[in-house]
Amino acid sequence: MNMIVPPAISATPNGTTRPQVRIVIVGHVDHGKSTLVGRLLHETGSLPEGKLEMLQAVSARRGMPFEWSFLLDALQTERDQGITIDTTQIRFRTRSRDVVLIDAPGHAEFLRNMITGASQADGAVLIIDALEGVRDQTRRHGYLLHLLGVKQVAVVVNKMDRVDFSAARFKEISNEISRHLISLGVTPSAVIPISARDGDGVAERTPRIQWYGGPTVVEALDALEPARPLEQLALRLPVQAIYKFDDRRIVAGRIESGSLSAGDEIVIMPAGKIAKIRSVEGWPATPVKGRQTAGRSVGVTLDRELFIERGDVIAHVGTSPRDTRRIRARIFWLHDKALTTGASILVRLGTRETRATVVAIEKAVDPGELSSVETKSIARNHVGEIDISLAHPLAADPYTDNPRTGRLVIEVNGRIAGGGLVLSVDAGQRAIPVDIVPVESALRPDERSARYRHSGAVVWLTGLPGSGKSTLARALERRLFSNGGSPVLLDGDTLRAGLNGDLGFSAQDRTENIRRLAEVAVHLARNGHVAIVAAVSPSREDRTAARRIADTAFREIYVATPAEVCESRDPKGHYAKARAGALHGFTGIGNDYQPPTDSELTIDTSTRSVADATDEIERMLVKSGIVFSELVDLAANI
Amino acid sequence: MHLLDNDQAGYLLRRADTTEEAPAQQISADARFHAPAMDHLDALEAQSIYIFREAFARLKKLALLWSLGKDSNVMIWLARKAFFGRVPFPALHVDTGKKFSEMYAFRDRYGKEWELDLKIESCPPLETIDPSLPPAARSAARKTEGLKLALAKYGFDGLIAGIRRDEEATRAKERVFSPRGTEGGWDVRDQPPEFWDQFNASPPPGAHLRIHPILHWTEADIWAYTQRENIPIIPLYLARDGRRYRSLGDQDITNPVASTASNIEEILIELDGTKVPERSGRALDHETEDAFERLRVAGYL
Repeated sequence: MNMIVPPAISATPNGTTRPQVRIVIVGHVDHGKSTLVGRLLHETGSLPEGKLEMLQAVSARRGMPFEWSFLLDALQTERDQGITIDTTQIRFRTRSRDVVLIDAPGHAEFLRNMITGASQADGAVLIIDALEGVRDQTRRHGYLLHLLGVKQVAVVVNKMDRVDFSAARFKEISNEISRHLISLGVTPSAVIPISARDGDGVAERTPRIQWYGGPTVVEALDALEPARPLEQLALRLPVQAIYKFDDRRIVAGRIESGSLSAGDEIVIMPAGKIAKIRSVEGWPATPVKGRQTAGRSVGVTLDRELFIERGDVIAHVGTSPRDTRRIRARIFWLHDKALTTGASILVRLGTRETRATVVAIEKAVDPGELSSVETKSIARNHVGEIDISLAHPLAADPYTDNPRTGRLVIEVNGRIAGGGLVLSVDAGQRAIPVDIVPVESALRPDERSARYRHSGAVVWLTGLPGSGKSTLARALERRLFSNGGSPVLLDGDTLRAGLNGDLGFSAQDRTENIRRLAEVAVHLARNGHVAIVAAVSPSREDRTAARRIADTAFREIYVATPAEVCESRDPKGHYAKARAGALHGFTGIGNDYQPPTDSELTIDTSTRSVADATDEIERMLVKSGIVFSELVDLAANI
Repeated sequence: MHLLDNDQAGYLLRRADTTEEAPAQQISADARFHAPAMDHLDALEAQSIYIFREAFARLKKLALLWSLGKDSNVMIWLARKAFFGRVPFPALHVDTGKKFSEMYAFRDRYGKEWELDLKIESCPPLETIDPSLPPAARSAARKTEGLKLALAKYGFDGLIAGIRRDEEATRAKERVFSPRGTEGGWDVRDQPPEFWDQFNASPPPGAHLRIHPILHWTEADIWAYTQRENIPIIPLYLARDGRRYRSLGDQDITNPVASTASNIEEILIELDGTKVPERSGRALDHETEDAFERLRVAGYL
């Protein structure tokens, strides 16, 4: 019966020769992970003596039929709730290797435990119920395997007994999951029809699946490769600590990739200081001779005394990582509270930790959903791409260059809240200065809104020169002020005279102009004012950036007055100058204005009065929750 | 005096940008010729050293729990490797007063020989322990109470413990850095995520962390490493009159197993064929199905 552990297997008392491969079993809740693990342990003869009998006795005592999954559900709490809540690790041997099976929970609530388990794995088995097919957690786990960097995935379609071992049903599921995984860059090594409960396809190809020609689960596990150390990549030695226990000054850390030996010329990043490795220290014997390769925890001394600290990365001159204050990353989020733009977080990358700010969020989706709807924040168990501005520079690589120094985790309140892959390390040129300490306002937002009768907002008027933006802005300012509110006008041209006086009209300068306007406006909005921005802002991308900065406070109004009307008004004489060739880079003549597609309001000032248009803007602000509707009318009706 | 050298760094880096590929290939070619390949034990050792150094860097007041058994002896050995010979934090022995005499002899000898900062704390009497626990578990729970007293006395924020995932199902669910409540309890339902060797190391005030540097080792790994590194052991682990101890605890609640293994080599061969669980000689594991779990939730190792 025992196919894979022949009794003649030779002992390896030194424990050094057999490769160890760690495999995680993932998939939707109740698709049979624990059952498969229990069955695998039985089939490989790996159960401790008496364990099966003990659990059968427990089941009998509780009046429940025995389930294979009981083998894993060792915790009282689990048995009570009937679901695996944490990662369990079970070891067994196949013909060629030692296998550590990591059983990860399928319940969405315990995704953090699934990630904890899967992050340790060399390969994964994704399990799917033949009756239920691909479910949200199946897709989510598939996506997370990609984000965790698990490349070897075998798929098992379980409970084939429930679909009468239908080859057609199997093919249907196999096609769907293969498409999904391949779209993520993960090609499944096998898709296997099984019944974990009855044993079909686990260690044996039974007659009931005679139509299937691929490997069994055990054969597929045997084909998964153990992780290889990253010796072939450039040297990365993140510094854990500097020890001065005696007269030696030892720089300690683990070589994440590449190799080093005494005499190597190294660079310490992010500062870029150069030194030579004098010796590799060890215990009991020291110094240690020969090259030290990826995976080893080492201690080195340098040929000179320079400032080096925990979090620095030692690399070879010429192949060093980038130093950066700006990182773009694809992350998964585990915290109850969604990650939002502007959030203050702690980033850990290698041994470096630094405070950071989320500058932008894009492509935030629930990886479990089929048709993904992008959101502006990353909710719990969702994924997304973020731009992070770091308070301190650090050394990092894109994950495609180095998987170890190309990944980071995010901590909130001292607890790991998410993690992900570094997509690029130079997303922005500007960075937040090291020594800024934002001081919070003494007032609470609700104190201000109680007085002003409105929340803070950024009302962004965009449109051609002469479309009536400034006129509407001024009318709105007067209206809100008359109602006791606190509007502030930010006119694009006015700001160009001062704050933005260094900027011209190149695409790059326009982008920066908009960014500054948005930053000033959102600052006002955060302090309860309604910032009214009147700016041509012709680039859709720039306005999207402004919306990203101002986030939920942003209200865009497209002043859609026809171009010929605008030119005939020409309040500043710009059209005339441009026609005469005296004004370059002027928006309005030609097709360089990109109208909004999703503005909160569109107003054509050629067909209505200023008062009428202002009424409409005010109605929009009431409807979208900025301006509080008047209670006076209610009082009058009593 | 080295400022000059560093000023040249920028120049070297710029120059290097244009020749990025060549040096990397050079280095990897060198590695193939000179580097001794890492084996399974090397990999385990490197990971444990990494964990020790993370704990030492991120916590303020650490102690290593020295139970005198094979696992904690390997742990001390690894700590000496991590810190180049000397363990830079106290070794804490929470003493039930009921250990085997061979264990006390071992402690007295190697505490000195390994230059440990040894702290011995005794456990409160049995009468003070929850009487609803089964007898062996109740006896073992004295250790939990002794541990709590030691924590209060010294204010440790991190305790390094030599538990392993393969020992027992509940230990398999442990994190490497495992937060404990202010009462020392383990909330298995709300463990933080832990991945990519990034550890949660910020216990709330009054609480502490358990750090498990050999969580990923197996019983066979421990013996293979003990043999390779020539780490001293208590002779009770070796067979005498057809019996030996696989696991050492209090004298009254630990039983030997049938065995003829008289040296480590033979222990490894025995382990390769056995299906008897390691802790089968520990009475407290077998009294009721949840006794051990209850102990662990309350703060037992």
